[in-house]
Amino acid sequence: MNNALQIVYLIPLLPLLGFLINGLGRNYLSKTLIGLIGSGSILGSFILSIWVFLQVKDGNTHVAEYFNFIAIDNLVIPFALKIDALSSIFLLIITGVGFLIHVYSTSYMHEEKPAHFGRYFAYLNLFVFSMLLLVMGANFVILFIGWEGVGLCSYLLIGFWFKKQEYNKAANKAFIMNRIGDLAFLVAIFWIITRAQSVSFDQVFAVAKGEVAGRSFSGFDISVITLLLFIGATGKSAQIPLYTWLPDAMAGPTPVSALIHAATMVTAGIYMIARSNELYSLDAAELTRNIITYTGLATALLAATIALKQNDIKKVLAYSTVSQLGFMFLALGTGAYVAAVFHVMTHAFFKALMFLGSGSVIHAMGGEQDIRQMGGLGKKMKITFWTFVIGCVAIAGVFPFSGFFSKDAILLSAFEKSPVLYGVALFTALLTAFYMFRLLFITFTGKFRGTEEQAHHLHESPLAMTLPLIILAVLSFAGGFVGIPAVFAEGADRLGDFLKPVVASLPHAHEVSHSTEYTLMGLSTVLVLGSIIAAWVVYRNYQRKEATGFAKVLENKWYVDELYENVIVKPLHTFGGILKNIVDPKVVDGLVNGAGRLVNYGSRQLRLLQSGQVGSYVLLMVLSMVLIFGIQFFLRK
Amino acid sequence: MPINYYILLSLALFTIGIVGVLTRRNAIIIFMCIELMLNAVNLLLVAFSKMHLNAAILANDAASTAGTDGQLFVFFIMVVAAAEVSVGLAIIVMMYRNIHSVDVNFLNRLKH
Repeated sequence: MNNALQIVYLIPLLPLLGFLINGLGRNYLSKTLIGLIGSGSILGSFILSIWVFLQVKDGNTHVAEYFNFIAIDNLVIPFALKIDALSSIFLLIITGVGFLIHVYSTSYMHEEKPAHFGRYFAYLNLFVFSMLLLVMGANFVILFIGWEGVGLCSYLLIGFWFKKQEYNKAANKAFIMNRIGDLAFLVAIFWIITRAQSVSFDQVFAVAKGEVAGRSFSGFDISVITLLLFIGATGKSAQIPLYTWLPDAMAGPTPVSALIHAATMVTAGIYMIARSNELYSLDAAELTRNIITYTGLATALLAATIALKQNDIKKVLAYSTVSQLGFMFLALGTGAYVAAVFHVMTHAFFKALMFLGSGSVIHAMGGEQDIRQMGGLGKKMKITFWTFVIGCVAIAGVFPFSGFFSKDAILLSAFEKSPVLYGVALFTALLTAFYMFRLLFITFTGKFRGTEEQAHHLHESPLAMTLPLIILAVLSFAGGFVGIPAVFAEGADRLGDFLKPVVASLPHAHEVSHSTEYTLMGLSTVLVLGSIIAAWVVYRNYQRKEATGFAKVLENKWYVDELYENVIVKPLHTFGGILKNIVDPKVVDGLVNGAGRLVNYGSRQLRLLQSGQVGSYVLLMVLSMVLIFGIQFFLRK
Repeated sequence: MPINYYILLSLALFTIGIVGVLTRRNAIIIFMCIELMLNAVNLLLVAFSKMHLNAAILANDAASTAGTDGQLFVFFIMVVAAAEVSVGLAIIVMMYRNIHSVDVNFLNRLKH
């Protein structure tokens, strides 16, 4: 196999090397060197990713096999990387946004001690390595390695400041919730192995389409497998019911929130389903598609309502991420895989931008995250302010910013499924615009509400932080132009054309006419602008006041955490207590000690046989011989 | 003579041997009983060997060696028994010299 793409292993290898060097040398290297190695390795991967992207531009795909990862009987799982349109898009997003965030981190984390600084960059590099493995894996097992890797890094980075007990709890929460999803994913993989005797994507999809003799999936298999994979995705991509870890994950350093909990890791679920689109497009997966659609929509709506009343700048963004992920799942459920991938891309730009912007704000406020203490920051932090504005406009979906095109594609696919879906999705999009601009106005306009000292300390962030903001702002603005819908210009949907060989969207149930499409776009634009103006009217001069009534329910996140606490965590604790205090000391210890005591007692009794009388020995010998002959004699019959 | 008689005689000898070993306390008598058991087995082996050889001759197989291994065993048993007697009697002699008795129940120090 003499293909230039065979060297793609370098893409994940570079961050892995960066992880090893930074991780092992964190006590010896200077901060500058650590920053250079950390960012440089990602830059190298980014350049390689661009090269790979150019290679696959014309519909090339390549599976690079390196060695057998597992070979048991006739099940052979090679360590193979698959390069095609879908993975190359994700490679660009991960390494591109990842690189900017690394650069940003060199400045944001500069007050850490060198050892912790090195640990931080080692984790970040390990994360990028896992994520690259996840999107490049040519079979479910390699994907799963990356899947677990990002979960681990998420845990490590959420609990990065491990001296605070709350942060450790948040890290545990993220890890455990992810594990629930991972379990479903694992079961799905085993199920696939029993039916297809292979885990490689090409092979499994061929079996699913009935192209392989002697192996097939029944309709039931398809339903269960797609559903289990989706449950796996709900864990990683923070959907109902496993979404509560994501807002708590904001305990980690802000660039981590930008990288992991907005731009890349949480999109792993979207990637996995888009990658398995050939399974999800089968007729047998109809039920799963509906479940995905409604779960996505419900998550989008629920998270958007919660985001309306949050007062922590990062929590607002976190719930907004959950909500946008819900949109992506809505798109996946309606079969608009390209729209979902498109939204992943634009969302990576503007959400990374806003998280980094919020990091810049937190940096300036000396660690303060409560937006009620802020206000009027726009005058002091011009670059942060204007880039944040661009991010908000983009996520709100104002023409011609990137969010408009991707969200419009999703809304359109919802409309094609049913107008009711469209209505709810549009309402959620309006909420999105409202809460984002609420955040913007409360933070950046009006009067400053913090302390004197904070007011004195306010300053624009250094270049290493503002430059990524500016680049991401440009991308947030222009990122949508790769997927201009066909209604504006024939053949302008370059992303759709690019992905077509790998990701085939389901045929639309009923084609929407161009005039309807224009009407829908006009409607959403007008309503979004109205929603922005409403936010301006309400929050332009924000005064602090306590939330009451329904607002209090929203501020407390619909009490979902409390519900989980009482319904799942507390009973589990009680159950654990029973096991610890009763079952373990009484039953388990009893069995173990009892076995010892039995042997002790038995041997004391048996000792009496050892009389020392030769006669008794001989008697026993004769009796046992008679016994053996007797058994022999009767068993012969 | 039918083989049954040999078997019954041999069984009687063997049982006498076992009962003797189990009931007597005198080491020399126990020893004799063991010899009795060994010879009961020898008798049986020889009897069967002769039976098989007769059967082969009756089947007009003059060159047959049927039953010879049985007699071979008998020689082995005799040799082993002779060796055993020499060692065993020596032990009994030593025992008598030390404790002035050949009563096996007197020797119960094996349990320690």
